[in-house]
Amino acid sequence: MQAREVRRHYPVGGGLLGRRGVVKAVDGVSFTLARGTTLAVVGESGCGKSTLARMAALLEPPSDGDLLLGGQPTATVTDAERRRMRLGVQMVFQNPYGSLNPRKTIGAILEEPLLINAHGTPAERRAAVRAMMDRVGLRQDQFDRYPHMFSGGQRQRIAIARALMLNPGVVVADEPVSALDVSIQAQVLNLMMDLQDEFYLAYLFISHDLSVVRHIAAEVMVMYCGRPVEHGPKAGIFAAPRHPYTRMLLAATPSVDPARRKLAVSIKGELPSPLNPPPGCAFASRCPHATARCTAERPEPRPVGGHLVACHHAEAI
Amino acid sequence: MTGRLAAFWRSFAENRGAVLGLGVMGVLIVLAVLADVLALHSPIEQFRSNFLTPPAWQAGGDWAFPLGTDDVGRDILSRLIHGARLSLVIGFSVVALSLATGTVLGLTAAFAGGVVDVAIMRLMDIVLVFPSLLLAIVIVAILGPGMFNAMLAVAIVTLPGYTRLSRASALSELARDYVTATRAAGASTRRLMFDTVLPNCLAPLIVQASLGFSTAILDAAALGFLGLGAQPPTPEWGTMLAGALQYYQRAWWVLAFPGFAILATVLAFNLFGDGLRDALDPKLKR
Repeated sequence: MQAREVRRHYPVGGGLLGRRGVVKAVDGVSFTLARGTTLAVVGESGCGKSTLARMAALLEPPSDGDLLLGGQPTATVTDAERRRMRLGVQMVFQNPYGSLNPRKTIGAILEEPLLINAHGTPAERRAAVRAMMDRVGLRQDQFDRYPHMFSGGQRQRIAIARALMLNPGVVVADEPVSALDVSIQAQVLNLMMDLQDEFYLAYLFISHDLSVVRHIAAEVMVMYCGRPVEHGPKAGIFAAPRHPYTRMLLAATPSVDPARRKLAVSIKGELPSPLNPPPGCAFASRCPHATARCTAERPEPRPVGGHLVACHHAEAI
Repeated sequence: MTGRLAAFWRSFAENRGAVLGLGVMGVLIVLAVLADVLALHSPIEQFRSNFLTPPAWQAGGDWAFPLGTDDVGRDILSRLIHGARLSLVIGFSVVALSLATGTVLGLTAAFAGGVVDVAIMRLMDIVLVFPSLLLAIVIVAILGPGMFNAMLAVAIVTLPGYTRLSRASALSELARDYVTATRAAGASTRRLMFDTVLPNCLAPLIVQASLGFSTAILDAAALGFLGLGAQPPTPEWGTMLAGALQYYQRAWWVLAFPGFAILATVLAFNLFGDGLRDALDPKLKR
C-alpha cells in the first residue's frame, strides 16, 4: 500500500447563518507500506490519525491525493472495483465493546465476511471460522456465544480474527489495544505480531501510546495537526528524534526504569484551531525553538539524519 | 438463550399491571380465535321478539341473551365476542402495516441522509402536525368509508412514530464500529440495513408496536363510531356504540358493554406495553 499526498478536508458549518469553513483533518500524508511490515502512526487526539485510518481502509475517499493498493490507484477505478479492493484492507477498532454486533454469535460474526462474499459452502465456511478461532486463541466451545459473554481482550481477539477472515494484505488497526488492560495489551500485541509473520500482513498501526509503538512498529510516522512531522525507521526515531514535537512526545512517555526517567519537558500551549491553521509550522506556537521563519513559512518534510523531518531547524536541534 | 428469556420474564413479572394486561390480552385472543364456538348466537341474527332485552340479571332479562340485546334484537355478548376478533385483526394489521413501512422509511432516511432524509422526515412532520383522528377522518373521507380504508387511515396516522423511532435508533447504531467492520467486509447497503442495524434497533420498536396496538384499536373504534369505519351490521365495537347512541337513556347496556370492551382492551395493551418497555430498557433496571 502506498499513499501519495493524501488529504481529507471536511467542510464544516455553513448552516443557515454560519460561515463555511474547512477542517483539514489530514493534509498531505505520504507513506509506503510493504507486506510483512508495520507502520505506526502516532500523535495526540485530533491530529488526524483516525481519519487517515478510515481513508487507508477505503471507507472514505481522500479529498486529494491518491492511495495505491498493490500498485493500483484507488481513486480512479470504478465503484465495483473499489469494493473488491476494499476487501484487501480490513480494520481492527479501538473499542472492542462497540466493534462486535451484540445480536450475533461469535461464529456468525466471523462467518459473515465469507458469507457476504460468497466464499465456499456453509461447511467450508464453518471450518474456516473454527480454524481462525484456533489461530487467535479462542476455544471451540465459544463458537455459539454472544459478544457480551467475553472480556475486552477476548473481544479484541475476535475482532482481529474477523479482520483476517478475508485474508487481507493490509490490516488497519486503529488503537487496537488502548482500551485494554496493560497485561492484556501485551498478549494482543504478541498475537498480532505472530499473525503478521504467519499471514505476511502489513499493519497500519494507529496509536498514541509510544511504548506500544516501540514494541510493534518497524517504521514510525509522527503526526501533528493533520501533517506528518517526522517519519522514519523506529530505531532512528526513538534514538535520535529530530523534530521538537517528537522529542517532547518521547520525553512525556513514562518509564519504569528510574535511570531513564528524564526531566519531563512539558508541552505548553494549545493545539492551533484546525479550522484556521497558521500559515507557518503548525507547532510553532508551542515550540521552544520557534523563530520568525517558523511562523511565516511552512516546513516541508525533508530527509535529515536518515528520516523525514518537517522542521526548519532539524539539524540545529 | 433460555436464561435470558427467564431473566426477561422475571423483570416483566415485577410489574403486576403488565401481567394483568397480558392476561386480558390472552383472554381476548382466545375469544377471538374461538368466536364461532363461544358465541351463543350469530352476531348479525335479529331476534324479532327480543328488542332491547336487558341483561339477564335484571328484571325482564333472558339468560339466552346474557348481556341483553340491541335495538334490532341482536345478542350483545355474541357481537362483543365477534368484535374482539375484528379489533385484534384491526390492531394487528394496522401495527404490521405502519411498523413495516415506518421501519423501512426510517432506515432509508438514516442510511441515505441528505435530501432523502430531509424529505422523509419533513413529510412525517407534516403528518404529525394534524390531530391524528382529524387526519384519519380526512383520509377516510377521501378513500370512502369502510373497515379496510379506516385501517389504512390509522396506519398512515401512526406512521411518523415508527419512522422517527427507527431513524433515531438506526443513526445511533450506524455510528458504532461493528457497522463499519461489516461495511469493510463488503456488505451491501441492504444487508447493513436489515441484517446488521435493524436487529439492534428492535427493542424500542417492539414497545412502540405494543402501545400502537391500543391506539389502532381506539382510532378504528372512533372511526367506526363516526360511521366511517366498519359498516353495520359488522359487529365492530365502535360501530356498535354509534348504532346504540339514541337508546342511552332507556337501555344502558347497549352502550356500556361495547364501551367497556374498548376500555378493557386498550388498557390491557397499554399496561402490557409499559411493562415491556420497562423490562426491555436496561436503563430502567435497578
